[in-house]
Amino acid sequence: MMQQKLHVTLLTGRTIEQGVGKEYGKSSPEYYEACSMVYMDADDMQKLGVKNGTNVLVTTPNGSVVLKAVKYPRSAIPGLIYIPYGPWANSIVSNATTSIGMPSFKGTPAEVEAAPDQPVLSMKELLKKEFGR
Amino acid sequence: MSVINAVTCPICGCLCDDIEVTVVNNEVVKVKNGCAVCEAKYMGYKSEHRIRQPLIRKDGKLVPVSMNEAVHKAAEILANANYPILYGWSSTNCEAQRVGVELAEEVGGVLDNTAVVCHGPSLMGTQEVGIPTSTLGQIRHRADVIIYWGCDPWSAHPRHLERYTIFTEGRFEDSEWKSYLNKVKAAAGKKKLLSAQRAGLSKKAPATVAESVVFNKPPETLQKEGRKLIVIDVRKSMTAEMADYFIQVEPNKDYELMQALRALVKDEELDVDQVAGVPVEYLKEVVETLVNCKFGVIFFGMGLTQSAGKFRNIEVAISLTRDLNMRTKFLIMPMRGHFNVAGANIVFAWQSGYAFGVDFSLGYPRYNPGETTSMDVLLRGESDAALVIASDPGATFPKRAVQSLVKNPLIVIDPHMNATAMLGDVVFPSAFVGIEVEGTAYRMDNVPLPLKKVVEPPEGILSDEELLKKILEEVKSIKAQKTKQKAEGA
Repeated sequence: MMQQKLHVTLLTGRTIEQGVGKEYGKSSPEYYEACSMVYMDADDMQKLGVKNGTNVLVTTPNGSVVLKAVKYPRSAIPGLIYIPYGPWANSIVSNATTSIGMPSFKGTPAEVEAAPDQPVLSMKELLKKEFGR
Repeated sequence: MSVINAVTCPICGCLCDDIEVTVVNNEVVKVKNGCAVCEAKYMGYKSEHRIRQPLIRKDGKLVPVSMNEAVHKAAEILANANYPILYGWSSTNCEAQRVGVELAEEVGGVLDNTAVVCHGPSLMGTQEVGIPTSTLGQIRHRADVIIYWGCDPWSAHPRHLERYTIFTEGRFEDSEWKSYLNKVKAAAGKKKLLSAQRAGLSKKAPATVAESVVFNKPPETLQKEGRKLIVIDVRKSMTAEMADYFIQVEPNKDYELMQALRALVKDEELDVDQVAGVPVEYLKEVVETLVNCKFGVIFFGMGLTQSAGKFRNIEVAISLTRDLNMRTKFLIMPMRGHFNVAGANIVFAWQSGYAFGVDFSLGYPRYNPGETTSMDVLLRGESDAALVIASDPGATFPKRAVQSLVKNPLIVIDPHMNATAMLGDVVFPSAFVGIEVEGTAYRMDNVPLPLKKVVEPPEGILSDEELLKKILEEVKSIKAQKTKQKAEGA
């Protein structure tokens, strides 16, 4: 059955593509491709009516961001989404440091909905939108 | 053309020191032995994303200025600030980090490195309970059980498996590379068979086995002789694909799982059927493997430090290692990510007494995570200026922290036009440490290694150390002038 919104647990982390992209340069197309996406569970994508490559809107109490949905290739990860480290992920991650300096980059609640008509922002556009520069 | 041997790779905490770099006309044209990220760095260092000259933000736009103007502007910002943050320090050498400590003390700021969003919790966990660890050489030659917990070295430390753990030929333990290849071949054969079945042998659709979070029973190979790889993670990572046994733990439940393992290591009975989604009977088999090994090691990463529990996860992981040491030999090591972040911790600790989050605002160093850590200072909006060097908080800090960073004057020192540089007010280009500048860096096991200079930096581009020294000198002279003016005024 199709669902409008999906409640998930947000993880952010390293991928090898993100690692390669950051070394080419943060404004490189490699970095953009690697970081402006979200890995999702295949069944979860079906529930939302989202195909590989469709844009989705991920929302947390800290903000929302449009990302390209990609099926997680190696296993089922029901109820989890995985966004590579980068400005896109960081525009929605929790900033609760639980008084030790470390924000909760992994394991916080989020919502996903299909957003096929909304564009994924480039890094320049994203920085402009969030920080006005 | 010249070929330079034994170059230390300046990217992750592995600091692979067997890279071979070919240089033609002061340009790197070929890299051998490195991973994909290493190649990207050596090929990308000269790209169009490089900053070519000092920049200052005027009317909302970054415009090129002279070095002297930029240095003066930066020094003025720092000298006039009440509570500046000096953050980053991980992608540079220890020599620059040392100047950084002096600068932080001079301006009375908060000195912090990228460990705060990385292994800061590990340092705190270590401060609580100590850490039984070793150098990677010991592990390479002796370890027969290797656990990666909450980390994916295949993606973040691509050559870690091949140089230090499961796929390396040790003096006392053999590489598991061949048996892994056989496993891959067998899996590929199985897949072919399945697709043949699907193609013609039966009209009925093949019974697809629904994948679920409930993972498999521990395989028999878990009790085999030789090296064994166990991966514990919330998702099946690339490293998990190579593992003898992959345990898929529920998110934010690592702490429970480790406490359960601790109880089992001490031969206590658990009165639940499963912990963190893992059946206890499977855990018993894992513990059997752990206590029967000769030399075990736990590597852990952001899966523990960034999810619920944070430094308490590390504390209990170290305690688990300690418990295992009652039965056999076990070690634990954080998978330090950023190039020389371990060096930043060591330099800061040796100069100020503390490894990260050092506050000099009272004239002497203070450390209180949650108070003096840069992230909390930013989220509380207390700082009034910042210097960011050799890191990119613009792309690695949560939005609100970056907003706080951008609200005040921001000085950035970096070779590349990264997110922070795009947001900066004064931007300095610097030479690539490990490519254009030599120096010292610390590997993840805290072994210092020399970095090589393989090419000359572009004309007019200084190293981090030289830039910082210039800024420090200018800060001192501005402050001396101020004192003089005050004395004259009085």
